[in-house]
Amino acid sequence: MSASTPASRRVRRVLARIGLYLAVVVLVSPAVLVFLWMLSLSLKTEVDNMAFPPVFVPNPPTLANFVQVFEKNDFLSYTLNSIIVSFTATAAALLIGVPAGYGIAKARATRAAVLILVARITPGLSFLIPLFLLFQWLGMVGTLAPIVITHLVITVPIVVWIMIGFFEGLPSELEEAALVDGATIWQAFRHVALPLARPGITVATILAFIFSWNNFIFGVVLAGRETRTLPVAVYNVLTFEQVSWGPLAAAALLVTAPVLLLTLLMQKEIVAGLTAGGVK
Amino acid sequence: MGTTVAAPGEAARTRAARRRNYARQYWPFIVPAGVVVVAVILFPWAFTLFMSVHDFHIGSARTFAGAANYTRMLTDDRFGWAVLRTLYFTAMSVAFPLLLGIAAAVVFHRNFPGRGLARTLFIMPMMATPVAIALVWTMMFHPQLGVLNYILTSLGLPPSAWVYSAATVIPTLVMVETWQWTPLVMLIVLGGLASLPNDPYEAAVLDGANVWQVFWHVTLPLVWPFVLVAAVIRGIDALKAFDTIFVISNGGPGTASETLNILLYLQAFSFYDIGYASAVVVVFFVLILLVTLLMLHFRQRAQLS
Repeated sequence: MSASTPASRRVRRVLARIGLYLAVVVLVSPAVLVFLWMLSLSLKTEVDNMAFPPVFVPNPPTLANFVQVFEKNDFLSYTLNSIIVSFTATAAALLIGVPAGYGIAKARATRAAVLILVARITPGLSFLIPLFLLFQWLGMVGTLAPIVITHLVITVPIVVWIMIGFFEGLPSELEEAALVDGATIWQAFRHVALPLARPGITVATILAFIFSWNNFIFGVVLAGRETRTLPVAVYNVLTFEQVSWGPLAAAALLVTAPVLLLTLLMQKEIVAGLTAGGVK
Repeated sequence: MGTTVAAPGEAARTRAARRRNYARQYWPFIVPAGVVVVAVILFPWAFTLFMSVHDFHIGSARTFAGAANYTRMLTDDRFGWAVLRTLYFTAMSVAFPLLLGIAAAVVFHRNFPGRGLARTLFIMPMMATPVAIALVWTMMFHPQLGVLNYILTSLGLPPSAWVYSAATVIPTLVMVETWQWTPLVMLIVLGGLASLPNDPYEAAVLDGANVWQVFWHVTLPLVWPFVLVAAVIRGIDALKAFDTIFVISNGGPGTASETLNILLYLQAFSFYDIGYASAVVVVFFVLILLVTLLMLHFRQRAQLS
């Protein structure tokens, strides 16, 4: 009977709490430690980075690696490339994908939705071989246009997929009322459905942007010397031209920092979008 | 008699026609996306099928080759090994994230202060730029100066060769893949847990079930459809894995971690053997499709039972 005395029950509850927090720490620490190690590498001198046993806390921390990344490479122009590519590919995907999501949801065009899924399961390289040859033939290799166009392969399905789910979840009474009042379906979309869909559009924008920003494979094939996006630049330029760890870690951190910041700030939207359809 | 039979049929027909007309109104919304899909998805497919029956290297003439590219795969050891390696990598890259992801979802389903922040930190690996992550892992895998071998030896364990030995390279890459993609499994299963009804739990607790019994006999069967969705998505993504493998081991040492995707890249963009690469793409896609359909089949069966 001692198991049910209030005191022992309290002890059990405290133990369960401790167990829960222990589980959380075990789950979260691999993620946190890798990012902390990246930060540590980027803030240490070359001597400390090559020391064994490793130096864990930079003492004193130095920003020299970051300075070197900007001085020795054309890092700013790669950043600009990445910004242009991801912003254009995301904006174009919204322009095309939001109406498409609406149309598919309204017309229940499941076959169109399946086509979007096919894009999701196809390996990126299978788009790349034909598109690479096509762009070469058109003389477009070496400009940013082919990279933007191929990034649509990533951004359009994300936007369409999220927006289908979102528009299906909206009550249709308001649009029907607008249609009865003599609005065209375009006006019903533009003035009734679209404002209601703003949260969905936010989610779609964030995810499309992140996955375009992170993309490596399209750039690695299609980018010329001048048109490298950040992930390609970090891989191509830095790994070959300077093998030292400090600047490499600093560059890696700079590339992924915008995405990590977005994740921290918009975690609720991101989680909602990712659970909505397991996109990516 | 005749009219009573014809009337419902006619009504159904007009209803179907009205529905079609209604759907047709919305086509202009879909057309622009349709054009993009055709241009960047269907055109490449048609082109790949066409190229897969031709002998074509970039810079030389294209000749019809029939099924030669396909029969070449049958005798190409490098291709065969790549298929096996891909399946080996995929099996582990589905199993580990699934196990850990379910466990993580159960933990994050509980309410505790700081849950939002902990969950955000937990999903960081899947949001971060894969190339950046891969570079950090590469530095950690360094046999002499890497922090991982330091940790192993200070725990009294033997150091590992990580990605520098044929025996350990794929398990090591699976570890990175697991680190990166367990969060996605967690999110999908967590979404499932959030949608569960409360009654079965109350019944189980009333019956005196312990925590483990509740999980095994109540929670797991209820979230099973979500687990299978996660398994399908994980399977597709693991088959397609490229960035981390390319950056960390680049298929090496030798060809020890050369998966289909890496082989494909080499054939197309290092050897410029477009015909053969296209045939590999076709087979690769069929493989992905088969794995997807197989998993969806299991999912449907699980839902029916």
